[in-house]
This record gives sequence, structure tokens and C-alpha cells, in this order.
Amino acid sequence: MTTVPTTQTAPHRPRRPFPFGRLLAYLALALVILISIFPIWIVFKTALTGSRNIFTEATSLWPSEPTLINFQRVLGLVSLEEAQAAGGSGSAVNFLNAMKNSVIFTGLIVVGQTFFSAMAAYAFARLRFPGRDAIFTLFLIAMMIPGIVLFIPNFITIKNLGLLNTLPGMIAPFILMTPFAVFFLRQFFLSLPRETEEAAFLDGAGPFTIFWRITLPMSQGPIATLAILTTIGMWNEFFWPFLIAKDEASFTLPVALQVFKSQTPQGVPDWTGLMAGTFIAAVPVFLLLIVLGRRVVESLAFSGTK
Amino acid sequence: MTVPVQTESLVVPARAPTRRRSPEWVVGYLFILPAIIGFLVFYLYPALRGIQISFTNWNLLSAPEAVGLANYNEAIRDPKFWSALGITLKYVVWNIPIQTLLSLVLAVAMDRLVRSMFVKGLLIVPYLLSNVLVAMIFLWMLDPLLGIVNQWLDATPLGKQPFFNSAEQAIPTIALVNVWKHMGFNALLFYAGLQAIPRTVYEAAAIDGSSEANTFWKITLPLLRPVTVFVLVTSVIGSFQIFDTVAVTTQGGPADATKVLVYYIYQNAFGFFRMGYATAMSMILFALLILFTLVQMRLLRANESDLD
Repeated sequence: MTTVPTTQTAPHRPRRPFPFGRLLAYLALALVILISIFPIWIVFKTALTGSRNIFTEATSLWPSEPTLINFQRVLGLVSLEEAQAAGGSGSAVNFLNAMKNSVIFTGLIVVGQTFFSAMAAYAFARLRFPGRDAIFTLFLIAMMIPGIVLFIPNFITIKNLGLLNTLPGMIAPFILMTPFAVFFLRQFFLSLPRETEEAAFLDGAGPFTIFWRITLPMSQGPIATLAILTTIGMWNEFFWPFLIAKDEASFTLPVALQVFKSQTPQGVPDWTGLMAGTFIAAVPVFLLLIVLGRRVVESLAFSGTK
Repeated sequence: MTVPVQTESLVVPARAPTRRRSPEWVVGYLFILPAIIGFLVFYLYPALRGIQISFTNWNLLSAPEAVGLANYNEAIRDPKFWSALGITLKYVVWNIPIQTLLSLVLAVAMDRLVRSMFVKGLLIVPYLLSNVLVAMIFLWMLDPLLGIVNQWLDATPLGKQPFFNSAEQAIPTIALVNVWKHMGFNALLFYAGLQAIPRTVYEAAAIDGSSEANTFWKITLPLLRPVTVFVLVTSVIGSFQIFDTVAVTTQGGPADATKVLVYYIYQNAFGFFRMGYATAMSMILFALLILFTLVQMRLLRANESDLD
């Protein structure tokens, strides 16, 4: 191997050089990255554009007079008159409240689902009880049922429980388990060495102590992976909250956006407001990626290697 | 599966436990109790209830009326059901090949050229956005009047395109929007699969004088099969259930051109309150998905791995 002076890039396989193909591949990759990111820039740019300028600046890549008014009006920080003067349609979906609902919805589900699924996974991996394998097989089969099959009867259940239009009604189907979470953690728990658990058992620790003090701390990686996958999935969930939430008070962000869009009158929609709302709804996901970058990428990659 | 399990009788506790332990089966059931409640109430019960509802006429207000197989009969005779199924298939055919091919190429490019976490992070940004956000973004970018894509196209011989507003273009547009969303994520999965292929195989091929193309077709692709099966099966299942993008962009229009199956089911359930008919169609969709999955697994010989 030739001596590379400073930073060595990723290791390359021994292959004959193919300079033309390589250049082409770099260009293609750069193009794909541009295509992946460019629309998000357009969202941001539009959100910063005053509604008066939207006709003249349709092709520009930077707003000539950047303004925060669109963010302020979708967050309900300015009066209705000011919002309408700035191009609002008079539609006033409260994104701040929707953000709060989304945080509660996602947060409770991530914590509940991860914890309860971990408990079940631990039992399926480590404890003996009659019917264990049969019940687990049922869980596996349930992974294959498409959403729409479950959503209609679940809607009826939630309606009968009087939980339509409430956060508990939105959270209920997800908070206790998903078959995938149980399956995923069980696989990991099976691979953990038993010795530590047995030592703790000899010291008089009960199953819950072992689970809480030994198994969970030893499983921080997979639990973080699962929590990240659940966060992304639930933050973005649309169909179920859309069925359950009928009043603005219970909208989550995706629902609020859809309603905000459908409230804008025919003709030219309130694009600057809509893009400000879109950007706000995406911010937490961007933050997740920025703060936990490698972890998020690895979690997603892992979701494919079950 | 037999695993060595400590039993009380074999163990002499280091110190006497303060209270008697519950038997293991009681503890086991306590551990799975929350998950079991969730499973029974929100998976098993609705699945069975769905089957039951599909044999009734029910508008949620009056009592359900048993009608036997009438809903299934109606679906088979309903031209809108077949049209919805056809539109869904059209969507799948537009979505899956392009998405899978592009992500495979992208994964190979990533594997050969860059391994940077930053690049991977940029590529999965679209996947992290909700379908609703993605739909909003493209509604705006493809807007006939002010959207940047149409402004650009205006300067080319192609001219402005209607995209979501045209019966011919709407389904391909929705499909390509979702290609944009899923491409980077699927590439990441393929990339992970590529990493799992032992480098020694490539070295041997290089020594034998195998060309780049030959190595790709004869080694990379066959060894990637388990990942390919996973990516294809999950994306086809997801693709058949397309709803969010349609609900935000076209609501089934123009002229029913994007009324995909799940949207039609949704309309029947929550627009016309025909719960029985809607669940019957959702059961048919379920059966179709199982069938497609089995066929795909069979075609791709999912259970065999060339690495063994």
C-alpha cells in the first residue's frame, strides 16, 4: 500500500482503478444528496419569505427580505389581524398546541411501549410459564396485520370507550406494546450471558430486580435503538391521530398541518404559512439527527437486519 | 427450546429471602401482563372483530345486521373496488422498481466512495420526515403556479406540468415523491447488507480476474439476497397501504385517478359509514398482502443464503 500522509479515508478493496466510472459515481452521489436536501431548503426559504414576495421570488433560492412573521403567525404569536395582513387566510390552527400534543403523544408511547415491551421480551426470553411459546408465536403473526385492518375496529373500541378526540384514545393502541418491539428485544435478551443474572439470583435478587438492575442496563444500545425507531414512527404517525382527533385541541402536528392546508381557501393556498408549519414540524426530527446522528443512522440500518 | 433454568431446590440462597418468592409462572405472567392487554385489546380482538364486522352491514348508529358474504360479493362486483386495486397496483409498479434500483445503486456508490456518517445522515433526512410533511413539500414544489419545479420547467421545452392535478401524472408523481422519501433509507439497508459480505470473497474474485460488472452480478447481488428480500417485501407491503400522501395531496382525485385501495376503504368507513363493507375490503387487502409476500419470498428464495 502506498503511504498516505495524513487522514486515511475509508479502506478500499483491492480493485483495478476505474477513474471514469468513479467520477461518474461521485457526480451521481452528489446529485442524489442534493436532491435529498434541496426540498428542505425550499421549505425553509419559503417559510422566511413574506407572502407579498412569494409571486416575485418563486425561483429565487434566498428570500430578499427574510422575515419571521410566518413562524410567528403559525405559532399564534401575533394577532389574527396581523396574521391576515401578513398573508394568513384567517385559518388559525394552533401549532404550539399541536407541538405539545405531539410531544405528549410520542413521549408517552416511547416510554410506555419500550418499557412494557422490554418486560414482556424479558419474560419470553428468560422466564418459564405455560403457553409462553404459543403466545409469542401469536405476537409474531400479529406483526403481519396491516394497519387498516386494525384501525377500523380499534376506532370503534376507542369510540365505545368514549375516548374519541382525546390524547388517551390516541395513545392507547400503542402504549403497551408492539409485536415488533417485543420480538426485537427478546432476540437481544436471548443473546445476553446468563452468568450475571444467575449471580444476582444467588444473591437473593427477584426477577424484577434482575430485569431492572441487570438486564436493562446491559441493553442500553438496543433499547436506545428501539426508542429512536419508535420516536420517528410515532412523531410521524398520521392515520390514527387523524381518525381520533376531531377538535383542534387534540391535533398532533401532522394532523394540524393537514387541517391547516385544507382550511386555506381555494385559489392560492397560504404557502408561506404552510411551509413555516412544515418546518416547525420537522425541527424535532432534525434535532434528533443532529444530536444523535450516528445512533439514528445505526438504528435505522439495524431495523433492516432483523 | 430447552434452556438450563435454575430451580429453587438447587439453590441455597446466600441469605434467607425476606418473603417467599412467587412461582416463576406467576412472575412470567405478571411480566407479560401489560403487553398481553395491549395485544388482546388492540391486535387480537380487532383482528377477530374485523372478520366479524365484515359479515355485517353497520353504520355505527343502528345495530349491525348480519349479511353473510354480501360485502365480499359486493366488492367483487364493485368497479370502484377493482379500479382502486388497479390504481394501487399502478402505484406499486411505479414506486417499487425505481425505488429499489436507485437505492441499490446508491448503496454501492456509498460503499465504494464514501463511508461518512455525515453523508448517510443527509441521505436519510427525507425518511425522517412524516408522509404529511413530504406531501406538503412536494405540493408546494410542484405547484402549477408558483412551485419552483414548474418555474424551472417553464424555461425548458417541456413547459409546466400539472403533476398532482392530472389524471395521468398524479399516480406517478405520488410514487416518485415516495421514492424520494424512501430512497436513502433503503440504500442504508442495502449498504448494511454490503458491509456484511466478507471482503475475502471480493479478494478471491479480484485474483481470479473477475471484472467489476461480473463481480457485481455474480457475487454482490446473490450475496445481498437476504437484504433484498427484506427491502422488497417490506416496501411492497408498505406500498400497497399507501394512504397519507393521497389524503394530503389529491384526496383520490382528479376524477378518482388516485383513489387507491386504502383511501377507498377509508372513505367507505369514515365517509359513508359503511363499516362492514370497509372491513371486508381491508380483509381482502390483508389476504392479498399475505399472497404477495409468499410469492415474493418464493421467487427470491428467501430462506436460502449463498453464504452458508
